[in-house]
Amino acid sequence: MTARRRSTPLTVAMLAALAYFLLPLFWLAVASTKSTQDLFTTFGLWFSDSPRLFANIRATLTYDDGVFGRWLLNTGMYAVASALGAALLAAAGGYGFAKFRWRGDRAAFNLVLGAIMVPTTALAIPTYLLFAKVGLVNTPWAVILPSLVSPFGLYLMRVYAQDAVPDTVIEAARIDGAGELQIFVRIAMRLLAPGFVTVVLFTLVATWNNYFLPLIMLNDPNLYPITVGLASWSAQAVGGGSGASSDMLALVVTGSLLSVVPLVVAFLLLQRYWRSGLAAGGVKQ
Amino acid sequence: MAAVRARRRTAGPLFVAPFMVLFVLLFLGPLAYAAYLSLFQDRLVGGTAFVGLDNYVTAVQDPRLLRGIGRVATFFVIQVPVMLLLALLFALALDSGLLRLARVVRLGIFVPYAVPSVVASLMWGYLYGPDYGPFAQLSRKLGLPAPEFLSDGWMLGSLANIVTWEFVGYNMIILYAALRTIPPDLYEAAAVDGAGPWRIAWSIKLPALRPALLLTLVFSVIGSFQLFNEPNLLQRLAPDVIDSGYTANLYAYSVAFTSQQVNYAAAVSFLLGAVIVVVSYAVLLTANRGRSA
Repeated sequence: MTARRRSTPLTVAMLAALAYFLLPLFWLAVASTKSTQDLFTTFGLWFSDSPRLFANIRATLTYDDGVFGRWLLNTGMYAVASALGAALLAAAGGYGFAKFRWRGDRAAFNLVLGAIMVPTTALAIPTYLLFAKVGLVNTPWAVILPSLVSPFGLYLMRVYAQDAVPDTVIEAARIDGAGELQIFVRIAMRLLAPGFVTVVLFTLVATWNNYFLPLIMLNDPNLYPITVGLASWSAQAVGGGSGASSDMLALVVTGSLLSVVPLVVAFLLLQRYWRSGLAAGGVKQ
Repeated sequence: MAAVRARRRTAGPLFVAPFMVLFVLLFLGPLAYAAYLSLFQDRLVGGTAFVGLDNYVTAVQDPRLLRGIGRVATFFVIQVPVMLLLALLFALALDSGLLRLARVVRLGIFVPYAVPSVVASLMWGYLYGPDYGPFAQLSRKLGLPAPEFLSDGWMLGSLANIVTWEFVGYNMIILYAALRTIPPDLYEAAAVDGAGPWRIAWSIKLPALRPALLLTLVFSVIGSFQLFNEPNLLQRLAPDVIDSGYTANLYAYSVAFTSQQVNYAAAVSFLLGAVIVVVSYAVLLTANRGRSA
């Protein structure tokens, strides 16, 4: 299919669709340059006469002793710890299931496979009840630990390891006298890299965007990730139309913009990886 | 040699062990504990008492829970076909090679997936706004009544729009990745046999997309039945429309944290999880039966 023909009607239709998907983000970028008053009085989809993006960013970052920066740090920490941990566990597990046979391996794998269907939020309240019992609630662990177990990540890494790590390579390394752990760390992990990055990215997004779990687990605003923090600011912005709370609107909008940028950039830079990994997970089952 | 073989036999379980240990502690553990809790009840007199399946009997007759489940089921039936159809059309368009700027279009449609659902809901909430939302501003300028996106009649559609906006690109990428794995000689053979682009899409591409479509469908079942973030955030803009039992998950949340009925919340979560698993399997089985027929 190397037809060099291009279709103008199709291109126009897709650009119209593209406009729909970019509209809210365009609005967000425009709104971040406005004062709360301008948000109400000027047209939403164009800039006002007095853009003040940097003043807004400064106000967002300094409000309440810089609590927003703290939320950014928390989110980054939760997301990176969860993503790296989940991907490592999934890579080791997927490699183990793909390349070794032992009694009960199928049963164990099927158990994990069945867990893919169990929704995370249906699990969140039970997890909260258990964590409340053992005193883990309102600590960073309450957010990180549940994110470490990714049944879908394990499934993806198993499918990926099957082909990406040829048995002959493992066999050759064994003949050379390499230990199993050495083979995994030195050889298999390198071959698994695209799948690994995919799991990292998708766990990163899931944790970065997670709202329900931190909402129920954390009470201390100093531990909030961005999502819960922004939601609490937005509650204040809506709550009252006067006094300090009416200025909150510009902070919510600018904070939203700041929270979106890192992930979008990460996705654009790493697209080569997640596309190949997704292909492996979605196609071969 | 025997030592090497023994080492190889233990290596598999050892690689799997870290994941499995955490899986048991953090996945099966909470489920087991919630199952246990759901069998008890806090009574004013006599404290906590074992009540067997009473909580479940109450839950399946709880009108607010049933209404919440009914609402997310409606949401699923309307939103998911629209979303997957759009994702399919976009993926086929990208794969057709007929598009200019295909890279830009692909990335642009996918970008919302990287936006947290909290931010997506906040943005759309402002866009929907009856005072300063741009749609309301435009229609006022044109002398038309402002669209009431946040009213009772429109709310489910407005929520569906947010979720569609977030996930069309993600599903599109999965389907597109699957399309790219179809060997090009299949198309050439079909073209030699006189098949046009539509015929090729219908007879070659769609059957090849089957596993990927099933995957997106199951994820969509799971996603729509646990709908929480979007209604939770729009609740502040329209407290009269979205009550604490608007979706099943909002209800579970309010039982657990507002009224703090721990045991009943455990039963409700369990029941909700069971509903989702059953619906997912039903969807999978129906789809697979369609193939053999």
